[in-house]
Amino acid sequence: MYRPAAKAAPDSPSGAAFLPERRAEPHRPVAPAPELVAPQLIAADLVAEDLACRRGARLVFAGVSFRLDTGGALVLTGANGSGKSSLLRLVAGLLAPAAGRLSWGGAPVGRDLAGHHARLHYVGHQDAVKPVMTPRETLVFWAALGGPQLPGAASAVENALAAFALDAVADWPCRWLSAGQRRRLALARLLVRPAPLWLLDEPASALDADSQARLEEVITAHRAAGGRVLLATHAAIALDNAAGLTLDTFAPAVDTDLID
Amino acid sequence: MAALLGLFRRDLRLALRQSGDTALVLGFFVLAVVLFPFGVGPEPQILGRIAAGIVWVAALLAALLSLDRLFQADYEDGGLDLIVLSPVPLELAVLAKCAAHWVATGLPLALASPILALVVDLDARAIPTLVVSLLLGTPALSLIGSVAAALILGARRQGVLLSVLVLPLYVPPLVFGAGAVAASASGTGPRADLLILGALSLGALPLSPWASAAALRLALE
Repeated sequence: MYRPAAKAAPDSPSGAAFLPERRAEPHRPVAPAPELVAPQLIAADLVAEDLACRRGARLVFAGVSFRLDTGGALVLTGANGSGKSSLLRLVAGLLAPAAGRLSWGGAPVGRDLAGHHARLHYVGHQDAVKPVMTPRETLVFWAALGGPQLPGAASAVENALAAFALDAVADWPCRWLSAGQRRRLALARLLVRPAPLWLLDEPASALDADSQARLEEVITAHRAAGGRVLLATHAAIALDNAAGLTLDTFAPAVDTDLID
Repeated sequence: MAALLGLFRRDLRLALRQSGDTALVLGFFVLAVVLFPFGVGPEPQILGRIAAGIVWVAALLAALLSLDRLFQADYEDGGLDLIVLSPVPLELAVLAKCAAHWVATGLPLALASPILALVVDLDARAIPTLVVSLLLGTPALSLIGSVAAALILGARRQGVLLSVLVLPLYVPPLVFGAGAVAASASGTGPRADLLILGALSLGALPLSPWASAAALRLALE
């Protein structure tokens, strides 16, 4: 189970916490002056400050802040329509924030969007699986699209298939796969190319207990290697020292300035 | 570059494995042309005079039918997000997809056209010109069509919308493509028309992927 951020120890290895909680750590001033916060923000890896998201005329959320350091995990929860997927797309750079700042290592993400894309894996709620291709072909294709071939790319594909127990079906056309197997194939993309930031939208949907355990193992290994995970889920995914963020609390008041 | 080649090869592989799609496009092409002798009557003089136009219009409509599969599947299954997130510039990714689309539709249409030319009694001297004009013109059809195919993503009544958007843009290739064949049949020489047709395809080569990529980014917003 992920632990709510309020309970996260100041030196928790998760590295993920809300900015407000960080500011309220016991050994720091309760409300530090901005200049005391600033170095901490620059040193952090992924920092979101006061993010707002607008879809059409509707302001989905506003004032969302979080930070995600090396080895950190942040679990997004919230009711349907509270903006979990939008926040993930926003962090992926697929959507532009209506307000607020998103930065990586102190540099705004928008300044080098291609560089930001290169350091993340995004698994949306759709699987991007073609019915007439086999799982192996699918993974080889996405690995090749990710950039120049890395040494050991072929074994990375085999490892990814094995990590999600897809070896037995690796040469079947994907139209024969079940929903859970397609989901596992989408998740296996995470392993064909290393990327420090994983953005997962409902990764456990359609997964059985065994597959979910495999997913948890893979995420744990990714974090142990210094990776970061931002995931939206309704399922209870067991992650040690994960911070939580409930988006319901960031729904804007009815009539804000941002709404025309 | 390897990534682009991979995208091209994947799209081609998808088209080959779903070869029913290509067969349907070709089937439509054949049927549309064959309908004309029934409607206009079998007199060789009348048919021969409009033959170039018939084959070209049928090829346009067949190409139009195949456009929806250019981006729609990737848009629906989330693959387009991943293509946008990949280091491949979206404009070049569009170009790779258009190239695969042309090989899977434009090329078969051009190769099938000599047989259909016989059905509508096209002057035998003009048949090589017909094939060359389709080879030169169909890349423009794929490229120009990609802009509209990207624009309709997420819209309702896509088929109708696509036709309304694309057909006006297909007028220049039609004029010069059919013009080349007619000029060849009448003995005046197709050179000028073919050059302009080639120029249309060359002009669409840099402009269309740029416009399509902008439309795709809009669709994913």
